[in-house]
Amino acid sequence: MATINQELEKRILVIDGAMGTMIQRHKLQEADYRGERFANWHSDVKGNNDLLSITQPEIIIGIHLQYLEAGADIIETNTFSATTIAMADYEMQSLAYELNVASAKCARQAIERYQATTNSTIPKFVAGAIGPLNKTLSLSPDVNNPGYRAVTFDEVVAAYYEQISGLIDGGVDVLLIETIFDTLNAKAAIFAAKKYFRENGIELPIMISGTITDASGRTLSGQTLEAFYVSVAHANPLSVGLNCALGASEMRSHIEELSQIASCYVSAYPNAGLPNAMGEYDEAPHQTAHFLEDWAKEGFVNIVGGCCGTTPDHIRHIAQNVKNIQPRKLPILATSLA
Amino acid sequence: MSTKNIPPYLRLSGLEPLVVRPETNFVNVGERTNVTGSKKFAKLILNNQFEEALSVARQQVENGAQIIDINMDDALLDGKQAMVTFLNLVQSEPDIAKIPIMIDSSKFEIIEAGLKCVQGKCIVNSISMKEGEEKFREQAYICQAFGAAVIVMAFDEKGQADTMQRKVEIAERAYKILVNEVGFQPQDIIFDLNIFAVATGLEEHNNYGVDFIEATRIIKQKYPLVKISGGVSNLSFSFRGNEHVRETMHSVFLYHAIKAGMDMGIVNAGQLVVYDEIEPNLKTLCEDVILNRNNDNNEATEKLIVFAETVKAKGKVVERDESWRNEPVEKRLAHSLINGITEFIDDDTEEARQQYPRPLDVIEGPLMDGMNIVGDLFGAGKMFLPQVVKSARVMKKSVAVLTPFIEAEKEERKQAHLAAGTVNEEGAGAAKILLATVKGDVHDIGKNIVGVVLGCNGYDIIDLGVMVPADKILDAAQKENVDIIGLSGLITPSLDEMVYIGKEMKRRGMKQPLLIGGATTSRMHTAVKIAPEYDNGVVHVLDASRSVTVAGSLLNRDLKENYLSEIKNEYLKLKESFDNKKVVKQYLSYNDAVNNKVKIDWNTYHPVKPNFTGVQVFQNFDLADLRKYIDWKPFFIAWEMHGNFPAILEDEIVGIEATNLYNDANKLLDKIIAEKWLTAKGVIGFWQAASNNDEVVVTTDYAEMKLQFLRQQIQKAANQPNISLADFIKPQQHNTSNNLPDHIGAFAVTIDGIEPHVKAFEAVLDDYNKIMLQALADRLAEAFAECLHEKTRKEFWAYATDEHLTNEELIGEKYQGIRPAPGYPACPDHTEKYKLFKLLNTTENIGITLTESLAMYPASSVCGWYFANPQSQYYGVGKIQPDQLEDYSKRKEMPIEVVEKWLGQNLD
Repeated sequence: MATINQELEKRILVIDGAMGTMIQRHKLQEADYRGERFANWHSDVKGNNDLLSITQPEIIIGIHLQYLEAGADIIETNTFSATTIAMADYEMQSLAYELNVASAKCARQAIERYQATTNSTIPKFVAGAIGPLNKTLSLSPDVNNPGYRAVTFDEVVAAYYEQISGLIDGGVDVLLIETIFDTLNAKAAIFAAKKYFRENGIELPIMISGTITDASGRTLSGQTLEAFYVSVAHANPLSVGLNCALGASEMRSHIEELSQIASCYVSAYPNAGLPNAMGEYDEAPHQTAHFLEDWAKEGFVNIVGGCCGTTPDHIRHIAQNVKNIQPRKLPILATSLA
Repeated sequence: MSTKNIPPYLRLSGLEPLVVRPETNFVNVGERTNVTGSKKFAKLILNNQFEEALSVARQQVENGAQIIDINMDDALLDGKQAMVTFLNLVQSEPDIAKIPIMIDSSKFEIIEAGLKCVQGKCIVNSISMKEGEEKFREQAYICQAFGAAVIVMAFDEKGQADTMQRKVEIAERAYKILVNEVGFQPQDIIFDLNIFAVATGLEEHNNYGVDFIEATRIIKQKYPLVKISGGVSNLSFSFRGNEHVRETMHSVFLYHAIKAGMDMGIVNAGQLVVYDEIEPNLKTLCEDVILNRNNDNNEATEKLIVFAETVKAKGKVVERDESWRNEPVEKRLAHSLINGITEFIDDDTEEARQQYPRPLDVIEGPLMDGMNIVGDLFGAGKMFLPQVVKSARVMKKSVAVLTPFIEAEKEERKQAHLAAGTVNEEGAGAAKILLATVKGDVHDIGKNIVGVVLGCNGYDIIDLGVMVPADKILDAAQKENVDIIGLSGLITPSLDEMVYIGKEMKRRGMKQPLLIGGATTSRMHTAVKIAPEYDNGVVHVLDASRSVTVAGSLLNRDLKENYLSEIKNEYLKLKESFDNKKVVKQYLSYNDAVNNKVKIDWNTYHPVKPNFTGVQVFQNFDLADLRKYIDWKPFFIAWEMHGNFPAILEDEIVGIEATNLYNDANKLLDKIIAEKWLTAKGVIGFWQAASNNDEVVVTTDYAEMKLQFLRQQIQKAANQPNISLADFIKPQQHNTSNNLPDHIGAFAVTIDGIEPHVKAFEAVLDDYNKIMLQALADRLAEAFAECLHEKTRKEFWAYATDEHLTNEELIGEKYQGIRPAPGYPACPDHTEKYKLFKLLNTTENIGITLTESLAMYPASSVCGWYFANPQSQYYGVGKIQPDQLEDYSKRKEMPIEVVEKWLGQNLD
């Protein structure tokens, strides 16, 4: 099968849309989250979406399938919070590895089923989603003690290392470090990936996707976009990009900037606009697709898709609109200063 | 699409990028945050005075350092711990953290600990082959895994390289290992080629400067992408104590080394002399020593030593922009808050305390004002979170200065109460605020920030953490008897949970105000969904910096009630506008809407008869009388300055401009009035009227005229009517116990005579006064309408003869009766203006004409209907449905397509 690198040379790849938004549609209750296995779990687990890969795998596979049918080339595993650190909120630290394996398998199965039923030969890829954690390495949660950190670099590396080993054992094709609002957390994820690669004699492509949080044009931890890119470039990533927090119209100038400075492929999967006053995303599929089509035509992007609030409909429109547009060409890396 | 070319520059980053391009010339690395090089810094670190130590770092940045070197190698120090502590602190100082960091240690474990603290791309200073290639390779791999650039010391198993040949040889060997084996990018390699002291008296040292400069030249030729660095101050070591000579030597050395290809150096950026400004004699002496010229038998060295003894070290003043220190204390406090400077806050706070009547006034006055600016800047994206958090720290320090005085005051009052035998109602401790992220949500960074910011302001914070179920929050709130409850949430479903908590609070009969915050929350959602569920105060808090003012207002007994009622009104308005904008809505049939009209008990209502019927014209109303009716807020909005009047005049950002504008406006107004530039003309009229559903039949002396109104058709909440203006006029066939007829009124006013003056301003290209004049004419027309309406209520129709309202209350529409204008939300059909004009004979009486799109000319004109009924109110018709459209078209005897054209906004 073709590698993701080979596909990216040929065309713009489409990454899937929101998982959470789709899960919400199922209106699952506490009991659904628990399933049989965790019926007597000692704390509430409703809202632990990653757990559904174990307790409701059919729902997760079903969502993946909808995205594949809509035209996604890359589907993200349901593992945004599947680390010992984030799972502590549900006291499910011990399940972190298993959640990653199960989620990767859900995604793999979805692709198998999709290819079996459609006889499609278009390559599809599983990206192991590595989320940002609920604890940050660059910010103190205690203003009286700005030097304090709620977690250490080594702890974060250990958590990500475990997640990565689960994802790879479950069969992902790429690692996707995403929704990065604290670059140091991402650096720990990169560190963990490199460590895993070195120790296991295997190497997967790494995709990196940061988050510009607001009008300041910076990450939550205060970096400008270029500073962010410089700080993660050592991952030698397959792609670098932005996702979440902003809708496409707010993200455009940042993606344009990134397309100018990034020596690797560029990805973009914005939210379906900014949330309205009710916290809902109401940008229509054709609107989102229209923005991304514009970026594709401008030569800004190689991978496009959606984040919060986007649905299979959004992805279908996006895939349609960028189908015949040439991908951004990789820049030439000069070897001399002249 | 052209393919981009990305050049192989050294790229580093703090919060901001630093790209070292060929034209960058020379990168200054700040050296004062080095315990081995700066006694002052070492002392601060050893004494755990980290905050002061940070100011050393800040000073470096202010002095132009582009990278900051940090070194904690001191025998008395736990270097690893000190490095981690200091770097973590630096990360919360955006004005330092904006530049890249050079982690400097001879112990690699300290370097590694440091790398774990910094998000940006650092430089490691340094690694070398001192302990062999194996160790070198291993350390290089680690640096690479953190994405750091490395400084490689020209040091190998045999020792430090002193000659040119050795420097070049070691650099070549290291380069090959790093690039070919480890996989380093050449541009991420920086060679430190060892700058050694010259002019030591030992002849073998005399060529050290030349060795460095020439090695630099050769290595840069061979490997153009690498960078060359060095610690410059070593060079002048033998002139310790003579800063003047040392600084000159550094400048001279750098001048030549940079020409040879040196890219960066560790220097005290604040203490470099400009090469061109060195006195020629000293320059020659230094050049001879550094370039080892005319130096047989240490001749050049001797000469420099002799010279050095003749010059006294010239003291230098550290230059920083301290002009803000001369501002009044309020400004200084604001400056410190905004810039996160703690250095002067104690003294400034004390000074403010002595100026203000009570210590608490300092908090509620200048400190809150400063924090509000911080909040505004944050909201506008001009400050970011770490800075806001820093501001909170300054605030805390200031509050700490005031706290003993506040406590003492409390104690005094307590004693006074005891002495007088009265009860002291003040609580024992600080106000308690409970915070929680609601059930189903695990995000708590924002909530934590709110907690610390509020904590800084002296509140007791009870933080229940994340995923807290409603009953746990409310139980804790009741048990702890907290003063305020704050809820946070980042994901969408949290919004519903917050609504539920609001309901529960009501059910439990709780009294505490409820604060709502977090990324998905909004003022709108709070107003529409949460506020209606709980009556004792629901406030949306935009960000942490605002939480302080909100909590302050809610906990101040004098302010609370007013504050909550303001919020309540604001939210009601928001809810109204939201209800009108909603996309998916339920509508009643027109018939049902008519049946749900405003219920007025006409049996008990006694309509007041106006003092005349027919019209009355005012040909030249005194402009001076209108002046006091002016509503200035829209005037400032016309100038794109948004804010309340008169508060806007003291606004931190636009206040000065607003005041200038206001003064200019009043000056022009003086002139307009004195020189009678403009004429205020108006006409009013009253007639008998009776309603028939949405039609109002007006009877004049000569005819009958039927006015047509539109009715709200949206599904209203229970017991809320579907309003039409016709509802406020007594129905035709009403069998009332009284037979008094009802009336309707109308008015039109205009400000005439602006053209010649506009032309005159145009002629002298004075746009400012032209726009000013037009804006003032608009204001005068509105003022005239306000004035005539008041006279109507009190004199002409005289249904509210005992009304006594201030101008603010008039602007706030606190009067009885309304004056809606055709074309505006309550009666959106512009074409009814024809009838109004006809009734008032407006064009003949005061000269206003209607354009084909029914705009009034002159532009500064206002017209409208008068309704006197005490139940009459302003409202918006909103969307109407086809059944009403059809009925309306029939009533108006106007083709449906024409009606559709005029009512576009009210149709789906």
